[in-house]
Amino acid sequence: MSAYFENRAIVVPGDILYEGRIRAGNNTYRMGGRVYATHIGLVEYGRGVVSVIALEAGYMPMVGDIVIGYVVDIDVGQWIVDINAPMNAILKVPDAMEVPFTPELVMTDFLDIGDTIVAKVVDLDRRRTPILSILGGELGKVDEGLIVEMTPSKVPRLIGKKGSMVSMILKETGCKLVIGENGRILIQCADREDEELIVNIIRKIEREAHTTGLTNRVHEYIMRMRGVRNE
Amino acid sequence: MSEEKWRRVDGRAWNELRPIKIESGVLPNADGSAYIEMGRNKIIVAVYGPREMHPKHLAKPDMAVLRCRYHMSPFSTHPRRSPGPSRRDTEIGMVMRYALEPAIFLERFPRATIDVYAEVLQADGGTRCASITAAAVALVDAGIPMRDLVAACAAGKIEGHIILDLNDHEDKYGEADVPVAYMPRLDRVTLLQMDGVLHPDELRRCIELAIEGCQHIYELQREALKRKYEEVVEEVKEGE
Repeated sequence: MSAYFENRAIVVPGDILYEGRIRAGNNTYRMGGRVYATHIGLVEYGRGVVSVIALEAGYMPMVGDIVIGYVVDIDVGQWIVDINAPMNAILKVPDAMEVPFTPELVMTDFLDIGDTIVAKVVDLDRRRTPILSILGGELGKVDEGLIVEMTPSKVPRLIGKKGSMVSMILKETGCKLVIGENGRILIQCADREDEELIVNIIRKIEREAHTTGLTNRVHEYIMRMRGVRNE
Repeated sequence: MSEEKWRRVDGRAWNELRPIKIESGVLPNADGSAYIEMGRNKIIVAVYGPREMHPKHLAKPDMAVLRCRYHMSPFSTHPRRSPGPSRRDTEIGMVMRYALEPAIFLERFPRATIDVYAEVLQADGGTRCASITAAAVALVDAGIPMRDLVAACAAGKIEGHIILDLNDHEDKYGEADVPVAYMPRLDRVTLLQMDGVLHPDELRRCIELAIEGCQHIYELQREALKRKYEEVVEEVKEGE
């Protein structure tokens, strides 16, 4: 019964994290009484559980996630949406508009191939295909703004503890952000320079996700960039 | 001549690897990527996925499909080679797939595909092993769940001497070549080929020697994967 690494050390797939009775948490697997890592990341020994905070990981859809997707195809009564996951998602007509589906309905008038949507994963069907909905407050077709992609596993870093990071960024820049759990972020600013600043902030957060004191450094960074611009 | 004094064409000792440099995350547009230099071999590997499989009929309902493309650039050899995929390219793509499949949790992504593209920019013998080594790093960089890394290297025989990590000359003029891919933490061999003639005892010694080489390469893979993040940590410390 022993731990093999210090807490928050960087581990790679195949590293033995623990030997003995413990629950295998996120991004780990158990074999022959040992717990191994499956992703590169920071190991975390919790109470009765060992897990890895992945530094590189793809997006796996879960019910309740807000995602940003691109319409890639249209079927009878449904749109096929790319959500940066291993499988495309489906948006059915009843989940997209309040009016009932009729043969007269021209689906492309509402959403066409190439359109961008902010959607919510409401269900996974029997084949684990994500079912989306765009009914509700912040959801729907996106008409303007800038989309940047980041590693989906680092999205929690952009949000911060209880939203501390994102609320700080919003307060300092006055922009609107829609953060998709699938790693796509929609930025809507009044001014082009602010959009570029936020892109740089996101790149910085992505690069330094595994370090501590990130919120303070990002705040300093915003102040410094502001200073440069005002000179 | 004693085994200690005998030197190979490039001056290496019998159990010495070529100098190896591995770098992860070199291609911004790929989901994961790696670059390897193993002696004069230069190979770049890109990984895409897991993503929707096209054409759809190739998808498996219970697991992801791993597709590997190995390709040698026309300028990678002397004389220039034909740019199209050859019979050999197809075969090496297949053995790369066989070597990497046991390390990946393919069953977690039904109906999807993971695509690995290995492009040999410069070749000097042992490119299939170097491609597998780099592909494993690229797969981790793509965030694909893995049981273990896969390290690969060859052993063989020339002028009666058992040697590690053959270069092009030793591969062509030697008696035998044994490429081995190996998962170091799980202690599993995932690729074993043999070209040439060896006594069973010699084959055993070749495999043991190649596994030793793989263990050394494994350490370099780990360093390459961690380096990207450790550099940032140091940079941040300096800034404070």
